[in-house]
Amino acid sequence: MKLNDLQWQILEEVAELHKTPEGAYNIRSDSQSAGRRSTENVEIVSKTDVSGLEIHIKPGTKKESVHIPVVLTKSGLKEVVYNDFFIGEDSDVLIVAGCGIDNCGNQDSQHDGVHRFFVGKNAKVKYVEKHYGSGEGKGKRILNPQTEVYMEEGSSVTMEMVQIKGVDDTDRTTVARLKAGAKLVVRERLMTHGMQRAYSKYDVVLEGEDAAADVVSRSVARDDSYQKFDAKITGNARCHGHTECDSIIMDRGKILAVPALEANDIDATLVHEAAIGKIAGEQIIKLMTLGLSEQEAEEQIVNGFLR
Amino acid sequence: MLTIQDLSFTVPSENGEKAILKNVSLTIPDKKLVVVTGPNGGGKSTLAKMIAGIEKPTSGKVFFEGKDITDLDITGRAKKGIAFAFQQPVRFKGIHVLDLIRMAIGKKITPADACEYLSLVGLCAKDYINREVDSSLSGGELKRIEIATVIARSAKLSVFDEPEAGIDLWSFQNLIKVFQKMRAEIEDGSILIISHQERILSIADEIVVLKNGTIDRQGPRDEIFPTLIGTSAAVGSCRKENAYNEDGRCK
Repeated sequence: MKLNDLQWQILEEVAELHKTPEGAYNIRSDSQSAGRRSTENVEIVSKTDVSGLEIHIKPGTKKESVHIPVVLTKSGLKEVVYNDFFIGEDSDVLIVAGCGIDNCGNQDSQHDGVHRFFVGKNAKVKYVEKHYGSGEGKGKRILNPQTEVYMEEGSSVTMEMVQIKGVDDTDRTTVARLKAGAKLVVRERLMTHGMQRAYSKYDVVLEGEDAAADVVSRSVARDDSYQKFDAKITGNARCHGHTECDSIIMDRGKILAVPALEANDIDATLVHEAAIGKIAGEQIIKLMTLGLSEQEAEEQIVNGFLR
Repeated sequence: MLTIQDLSFTVPSENGEKAILKNVSLTIPDKKLVVVTGPNGGGKSTLAKMIAGIEKPTSGKVFFEGKDITDLDITGRAKKGIAFAFQQPVRFKGIHVLDLIRMAIGKKITPADACEYLSLVGLCAKDYINREVDSSLSGGELKRIEIATVIARSAKLSVFDEPEAGIDLWSFQNLIKVFQKMRAEIEDGSILIISHQERILSIADEIVVLKNGTIDRQGPRDEIFPTLIGTSAAVGSCRKENAYNEDGRCK
């Protein structure tokens, strides 16, 4: 695979890749495929109508991984990519996505990734998505991920979505529909700094009996950044839903949390929690008594919180 | 050695000002375990916080190892070798027990090394090392971890603010052993414990009685301890744990 140092550095940030990954992969760099491999059980093909991929995972595929990271290093590049995952029944797979933008120019760079997951009966998926921005240019680094998850009976999906640094503007939308016995766990970690703006929206519908969703977002807003967290869980059957937004506000940051629940069945159990506050003074004091400076203490508290 | 000179601390109140500490002078000598006791509201915890730099005195001086540290902040005092165990330990989301012990020691240590400190306070280390120091821990567990972080620092002066508070009776017996071991292993440092507990007073080298913001009396344990038995400055573990039956006897 021909990638330069900067591109490898971004791959390391978003997908922890130092070399060509094991298993199936497609690495997209500046709108081109820099490398692709399908395996016996995982087939990756290009879409013909729009830019993007179809990833077909055979039923019963166990302990395999798919890496599909995206790198943008050209200033002014804007792209919309549609990736569809068809995950066969009874499979158990790890999917690592993620996008990094390095923008050292003055034009905005933007990647809008639309990911759709069709998760077969009793399939188990772990999805990891990291977003990262770097570069000194005035051009913005913009990422708008749109994720749709359609879960068949008894399936389970765990999503780790992390955006810690360098993304100037993001609109994240996650939609999930769960059939009977399906389980969705979302762990979102978000940090904004400078003049950044992040909007994260969830729309989860528990359609079948004993479907369950646990959506937890932890975020930190520093400097003059703005965040909006908008999470709605709807229960249409006997089900369990929990959403939590826990935020630390620093400097002149602003955060709006809008948790919402809709129960359409007497046996739907839905809970939401939202908390926004600055770092507790006693936490800083405790770490200072261990010899950390006030600034070091803040860093440790924030790093732990976003772990 | 820590020396406190003419330390006073006042806070605003409805009637103007309220003195919490009034011209307190005290020395914590090297190689000694000193217990500060006295009735509630007497200023004991405030004194401990002044030593750690968490509260600033209204007037007076604090010297540590011959140097004036009155204007030194919490971090500066910690770096000079003062450790402080909170009466009510702080919880952190996402920070693990191992992280806290590493921060206390100031360097990366292996989980096995960290486990040693947890075992000292009676926690089965492997169950705790990767736990978050958050609300999933009980008050007693948190308290023991707090004490472990202070032991891990191996500081020249270790200050414990009511270490028995929030600890169950079984753990309390072990806590006494922990302090006895610390006392036995003192090299050039000293230990200061704020406590009302008879058992803790009984292992002190010196006892200081703080009452209404002033030192009521102080001296070697054998001299002071007998005068405290049965007063609120020295209560048995039953009273402290609120473990009386209605007839007034221990449960």
